[in-house]
Amino acid sequence: MAIRFEQVNFTYGAGTTLSQDVLHDINVNMPTGEITAIIGQTGSGKSTLIQHINGLLKPTTGQVLIDDFKLTSGTKEKQLIQLRQKVGIVFQFPENQLFANTVIEDVMYGPLNFGMTKAAAKIAAEQALTRIGVSENLWSKSPFDLSGGQMRRVAMAGTLASDPSVIVLDEPAAGLDPRGQAELLALVLELKKMGKTVVFISHQMEHVVTVADQVIVMHEGRIVAQEAPKVLFNRDLSWFQDLMLDLPKAGQFAEKMKAAGLILPRRPLNLQDLASLINKGAQHE
Amino acid sequence: MNNIMIGRFVPGESLIHRLDPRTKMIGTFIYIFVMLWANNWQTYLWSAVFVVGLIKFTGQPFKLYWDGLKPIFWLILFTVILQLLFTPGSPVLWHLGPLSVTVPGVVNAIYVMVRFVLIILMSTILTLTTPPTSIANAIESLLGPLKKIKVPVAELALMLSIALRFVPLLMDETQKIMNAQKSRGMSFSTGGPIKRAKAIIPLLIPLFVGALQRALDLANAMEVRGFKDAVQRTRYRILHYDRNDYIAFFTIVFFVIIFFGIKIVTGF
Repeated sequence: MAIRFEQVNFTYGAGTTLSQDVLHDINVNMPTGEITAIIGQTGSGKSTLIQHINGLLKPTTGQVLIDDFKLTSGTKEKQLIQLRQKVGIVFQFPENQLFANTVIEDVMYGPLNFGMTKAAAKIAAEQALTRIGVSENLWSKSPFDLSGGQMRRVAMAGTLASDPSVIVLDEPAAGLDPRGQAELLALVLELKKMGKTVVFISHQMEHVVTVADQVIVMHEGRIVAQEAPKVLFNRDLSWFQDLMLDLPKAGQFAEKMKAAGLILPRRPLNLQDLASLINKGAQHE
Repeated sequence: MNNIMIGRFVPGESLIHRLDPRTKMIGTFIYIFVMLWANNWQTYLWSAVFVVGLIKFTGQPFKLYWDGLKPIFWLILFTVILQLLFTPGSPVLWHLGPLSVTVPGVVNAIYVMVRFVLIILMSTILTLTTPPTSIANAIESLLGPLKKIKVPVAELALMLSIALRFVPLLMDETQKIMNAQKSRGMSFSTGGPIKRAKAIIPLLIPLFVGALQRALDLANAMEVRGFKDAVQRTRYRILHYDRNDYIAFFTIVFFVIIFFGIKIVTGF
């Protein structure tokens, strides 16, 4: 499912004494079957933006098109349930949403809400748990007896189980160990293979260059760039400094080389890229 | 979540903001206590004029106070209707079975409403201009004499300020969990009352778990920094009365004198 923001503005507490403009004139696309990363400083409006994709927030003006669903300020709460089935959001620290007596019941919560029968919900939950690597002996345990990493997985399975076609992840890697982060990236790529549209917020540029097809950069409630990582990370260093954004580690390394007088033809995205650029340079000399 | 006005503090620089919190608390109590003696339109009018004057002094828009009144609108309406229908007397304007609307009933209903509104407005002035921690400090200071009879005043005040500190955190947390569960298809607005009550469970359990976790974390954080109860503590913010507080006390005394003056003149 393709997502398109058209001239979206959003104001918190519109019409009250404490209103606050958060999003200004947002026009972006998140194409079907691709992975879109959203980056930007804390407070730049990333989380507000993604909450528009499943109607938790409605645009103050403008519209969001999620396939043929049109979300505007006038959309009724009743219509939103069908949208939320198609768009699953996994929030930051999703382990805080667990509530049921057993893992399997918790994962079944979403599918049941979206109208599946108990038997179908159980099958969906089992599939989601298997896909995400929660072993079967944990399914009948209380989610509160699990380790932090396991709880995170269960919570993600809770979103995947209702089989949304768009999956939105808000800083999914926050607080995971390196192995957990690698597994998470593998999962994101697997979701893409399954044909899902994936949107994720990240502060780790390594993750962005590893999986993203396109990157949206936000700054003070506006979109300042929307392009492929290859293009984005070749922008001037000063552009990144102005926005207080980091380069990926390989790019930072290349900048240090540049400062020492070794100039590469372009800025590398990752370690392999860096190595091959250095090799190429060496052959020419 | 953001429209709950009861007990909310709005920072400002007004004279009333800068008063000692104890002054404001004592003043509010005196005002409410005295205002309950009002029994004719002259005394109610004087009480209302006084509150409106104070509101002007806080420098906050009247709309904020109006927002503070909204949550208790139904309570006021209910009391007014009770007064209206069940006050005996004559002349009777309308009656149906045991219910009757009398002229004293109408007058009483109006008085009760005014009394309610004035009490809420006066307390809103206190909470709107005083940070919660200052209120906790003021309570600790005012309850100070109870230490002599072994009441753990400092501990109570600490508990109070921690509880107040947790309110905005819990509101935030509620919003987050609600968003997460809504994304999983939770709906508060469909189904019968039992289904709706059940729909709250996925909200309440994570909220309680989170609150307990936070409480444990806080307790640990306090202990590792050497917190012990029952020790003599110094304060970062020391409460002291200054010239403005004496002026404020004088203002309250002025209110009381005029109030009873009116009462005597209008013959109790």
